[in-house]
Amino acid sequence: MSKVKQKMIPLNGDEAVAYAVKQCDVDVVAAYPITPQTIIVEKFSEYVADGEVETEFVCVESEHTAMTCSITAAATGARTFTATASAGLALMHEMLGVASGLRMPIVMSVVNRALSAPINIHCDHSDSMSERDIGWIQAYAENSQEAYDSIIQAFKIAENLKVQLPMMVGLDGFVLSHTLENVTVLPDETVKKFVGTRQIPQVMNHKGELVPFKLNPEKPVTMGPISLQDYYFETKRQQEEAMRKAIGVIKQVHDEYVKLTGRSYGNGLVEAYRLEDAEVALVCVGSTAGTVKTVVDIMREKGIKAGLLKVRTFRPLPVEDIINNLSDKKALAVMDRSCSFGGQGGPVFHEIHHAMYDAPDKPQVVNYIYGLGGRDTPPALIEGIFNDLQNIAQTGQIKTKIQFIGLRE
Amino acid sequence: MSPQKKNWKELPMAGVCWVSSTDYKTGDWRSYKPIWHTENCIRCMNCHIFCPEGAVKYDEENNVMVYDYDFCKGCGICANECPVKAIEMVVEGKE
Amino acid sequence: MKNMTEWKVTNKEFAKTPETFMAGHRACAGCGPAIALRLIMKAARGPTIATSATGCMEVVSTIYPNTAWDVPWIHTAFETAAANAAGIESALKVLRKKGKIKDEHVDVIAFGGDGGTFDIGFQALSGAVERGHDFLYVLYDNEAYMNTGIQRSGGTPHGAWTTTSPAGEVIPGKTQYKKPIGHIMVAHEMPYVATASIGYWKDMVQKARKGLEVNGPAFLHTFAPCPRGWRSETSKSIEISRLAVDTCVFPLWEADCGEYKLSPKSKAIALKPEKKKPVEVYLKTQRRFRHLFKPKNKHIIEEIQNNVDRRWNKLLKLCEMD
Repeated sequence: MSKVKQKMIPLNGDEAVAYAVKQCDVDVVAAYPITPQTIIVEKFSEYVADGEVETEFVCVESEHTAMTCSITAAATGARTFTATASAGLALMHEMLGVASGLRMPIVMSVVNRALSAPINIHCDHSDSMSERDIGWIQAYAENSQEAYDSIIQAFKIAENLKVQLPMMVGLDGFVLSHTLENVTVLPDETVKKFVGTRQIPQVMNHKGELVPFKLNPEKPVTMGPISLQDYYFETKRQQEEAMRKAIGVIKQVHDEYVKLTGRSYGNGLVEAYRLEDAEVALVCVGSTAGTVKTVVDIMREKGIKAGLLKVRTFRPLPVEDIINNLSDKKALAVMDRSCSFGGQGGPVFHEIHHAMYDAPDKPQVVNYIYGLGGRDTPPALIEGIFNDLQNIAQTGQIKTKIQFIGLRE
Repeated sequence: MSPQKKNWKELPMAGVCWVSSTDYKTGDWRSYKPIWHTENCIRCMNCHIFCPEGAVKYDEENNVMVYDYDFCKGCGICANECPVKAIEMVVEGKE
Repeated sequence: MKNMTEWKVTNKEFAKTPETFMAGHRACAGCGPAIALRLIMKAARGPTIATSATGCMEVVSTIYPNTAWDVPWIHTAFETAAANAAGIESALKVLRKKGKIKDEHVDVIAFGGDGGTFDIGFQALSGAVERGHDFLYVLYDNEAYMNTGIQRSGGTPHGAWTTTSPAGEVIPGKTQYKKPIGHIMVAHEMPYVATASIGYWKDMVQKARKGLEVNGPAFLHTFAPCPRGWRSETSKSIEISRLAVDTCVFPLWEADCGEYKLSPKSKAIALKPEKKKPVEVYLKTQRRFRHLFKPKNKHIIEEIQNNVDRRWNKLLKLCEMD
């Protein structure tokens, strides 16, 4: 099936990301260390120091500067990558909007970690979920293999001329970032060819010339002006359009990657596991999906028609795929590893619930908030959710719409 | 009548500026206007150098200072800095 | 880089340099920073990429869809002028090395106001200088956050009225003193730091040139009055900039690899102390100091004079001219 000779090496999630970046002919990496992303920058520094990559690695003095340098380096025409987590992502918040508004195809790995306070270094999704409206494409990896594959695909998606948006790939902190896995990697040349050279779109400058959209003294361009009530709105509409186009591009890049490697993740946007004939289904994001797949098998043994929809791409939200996969189910449980305080549930629940509102058939939808601050999520917990769903499917009654599980109450 | 503004499909991406500032004539901000008395001028270039707008140019061929009233805001720096008082600020419209 | 040479240019030659900070920008009449930017861009030597922090000069020069920049230019946020330059310089370096762009040197100039430099942008500046990026940072100092409405900054001088340090009955103006940003930058052991005033334009552009020629970070602190915020005459912006030097409120010096040297105008005062004018002459030109001339506030003028003298004497010591 796969024509290219791949090899399997033991890597943890962070190392897998660094390995992918090494192969993608990245020009500039500007990053600031934060647990649990530190291995990415450390590993990458080794590659640079050993001459394995020709990348300018800028050890910046904060995450805010990391994103700023990434933006202006990308504006100068460089392919850029950065990585962060938790408080670092929060610190960059202002610049995330700038990156998206300036349409810089930066790729960032977010090693999902809880936001403070209290300070916690372990996994939850509060960091990247807090950035869901800022205009970045967001994808989540289930395992280190998917993290590796997603980073490579991310460059191609972000740099596509129809898209030109920055993209973040989430991988669960410690759960994935620090645990060893057998990762199948492509040869360097194959990856380099797959990502290709960065394409720069053309824009009209103030001299009336059509010039490449980059900072080049021969063809000057002004980027980042002040845009008032009469023009800002239109620029934002352009960003929204790019997000809509990204849906097709993500699927397309995913299909190309399947041909190359033989590995697929659903259609690139969502991955369905034993979902077609399922009556009850779980929806989740990130590494928990792996645990759920095991539990789905256990439930099936017990005669429960269980299934899973893993949302791989959270932004742009694949509403069509969500509706198509889930509308005929009897009951859905959406698992959220973050909480929208005061918002009646977690962000993934909001999105799924909202998508289901327009579905032809509407299943009962409930929300389980779990795993905050790295709270362990063992299979037994998820079995409990499926049992609840069976109950709901049989009785048609929801006892509690939104629950916190794994919490001492 | 100002032209219809471009819609979101027509605008360059990412807010790239597509008009030069020279399209916007700041000259109509003026209350005072500099009048150049060429007979006193020693071509020291002070007026050209100190103008915040670059509205005073030196025409080398004809050895004259050229005042671009499209952009002059009438700040009066040129008149203040002229070493030989060859520039006079007069009320706009009353020159 | 020791013993840098001065850029020799006549006024007429300078008049012929390109106007890359174009007319039609929306700065106030008599704007000091606009003069600084225009002259420094005229002094730029070759392919240049410029970047600005949010502030007056960024806003007046790029009101969408118009732009006053005839060079490639980018703005991202308020605290990021130096970080922008760092990103641009890093990209240029690696793209040239990889043969992805033309192998020629491009100057990177970052412009920041006192807000974007003394305060919110200081971290990025300090970081970029520590990493040794090759760029020139130009600080156009109009001594307050002018673009947001004349609020006090770390660069606002003692006693000045601003909207957040108003001349009140109990607290008459800013109580703190101006942050000695130039000396702080020299303490970074960076290749070139200089102060300049738009009143002495040739000294300013020569220093800008030196800053560009230096291989590594360079910092140029430019004194640039704001008639709007200082409540001064629009026609007197240049005159006030000279007075600031003549009263030693803003002395002109440069530090070449940490070695201090007084610039000609300030050196003349050091050699003939009787030339030094009292600060009152300077304070009288701006109504932001008007309240200091009330009898109950006169002691503040003394405080200002003492501070000017103390910093001047300290500078003379650093320049070995005491």
